[in-house]
Amino acid sequence: MSEDILKLSALQLDALREIGNVGAGNAATALSQIINRKIDMTVPQVSILPLGDVPDVVGGPDAMVAGVYLRVFGPAPGSILFLLPRDSAFYLVDMLMGRNHGDTQLLNSMDESALMEIGNILAGAYLNALSHFTKLTLLPSIPALAIDMAGAILSVILIQLGQMGDHALVIETEFTTEFDGVKGHFFLIPDPGSLAIIMAAIGVKD
Amino acid sequence: MEELIKVGMADYKVGHSPSSLISYGLGSCVGIALYDPSTKVGGLAHIMLPDSTQARSNENPAKFADTALPFMFDEIIKLGGVKSRIVAKIAGGAQMFTFANATDIMRVGERNAEAVRMILKKMEIRLLAEDTGGNYGRTVELKLDNGIFRVKTIDKGEKEF
Repeated sequence: MSEDILKLSALQLDALREIGNVGAGNAATALSQIINRKIDMTVPQVSILPLGDVPDVVGGPDAMVAGVYLRVFGPAPGSILFLLPRDSAFYLVDMLMGRNHGDTQLLNSMDESALMEIGNILAGAYLNALSHFTKLTLLPSIPALAIDMAGAILSVILIQLGQMGDHALVIETEFTTEFDGVKGHFFLIPDPGSLAIIMAAIGVKD
Repeated sequence: MEELIKVGMADYKVGHSPSSLISYGLGSCVGIALYDPSTKVGGLAHIMLPDSTQARSNENPAKFADTALPFMFDEIIKLGGVKSRIVAKIAGGAQMFTFANATDIMRVGERNAEAVRMILKKMEIRLLAEDTGGNYGRTVELKLDNGIFRVKTIDKGEKEF
């Protein structure tokens, strides 16, 4: 088994969880300020999953979701994906555009831009934390949006990982707003090879 | 017994009538249906990558077009399929996200579909229908009682081949 991620120690997984915690905390704060709502966040899960099982995290491969995808550039490249059930994406757009809850049924180009910008801000907040811990300069690409089946959207990332192994290291946090039923999952998926660089940068050997 | 057999990502399954084989949420991956209309046996593969020789980890043959196809083909033969009668239908190979400067990795859907066509040709399996490309996901189902290949999408409707 040549996969790096299967060799991570408990201490290394803890370090990743802590980075995820601070990163997602930053991101949740940013989101909460934008939509002016209280946001609850779960403790990040750091899991190593067979590639085919990753879509189950968000309700299965045929669940309807909106996904904002960004590449991470720098010494430890990777992918960031903010996935939310389609209904949640519509509710979020309601809040951003000042509509009544449930009004948005289809996204116009302005709505799409707004969702991409949310992805951008969340990714920026998250990467700030990761950069702070690692002293590595990590920058997000411009965001891209798709509304489709979860398996189809996740395939973009899973295929990249599939070249190197059969497992994905997923650092995942769930966000929920108090009253509006907005749920979202935030994934950070380091490229193969990036994990070793992150680990070396934070000085957690094993 | 009629049964709906699920095929996960980087996997393939074979079966016989009256079962159906289904794979949910294909994006850049390609779903390959092989079918022998006479004995009503067939298989469905959900491949992720074109070429096992280009990958660092190739322990799972179902992940790659070049290995999944021959493996699945052999299993269909074992179930009673006859080489000269087996035909193929494929779907998937989308590009889910569009960036201005699409790198090779972003165009993997296109490369997947291309690889599948090439391997089918090499194995002398007739490709009867395909629904590939675009920027949307697909769910594919092969009905083994009649060989119909059903492709479902969210916004682009449903097609039968």
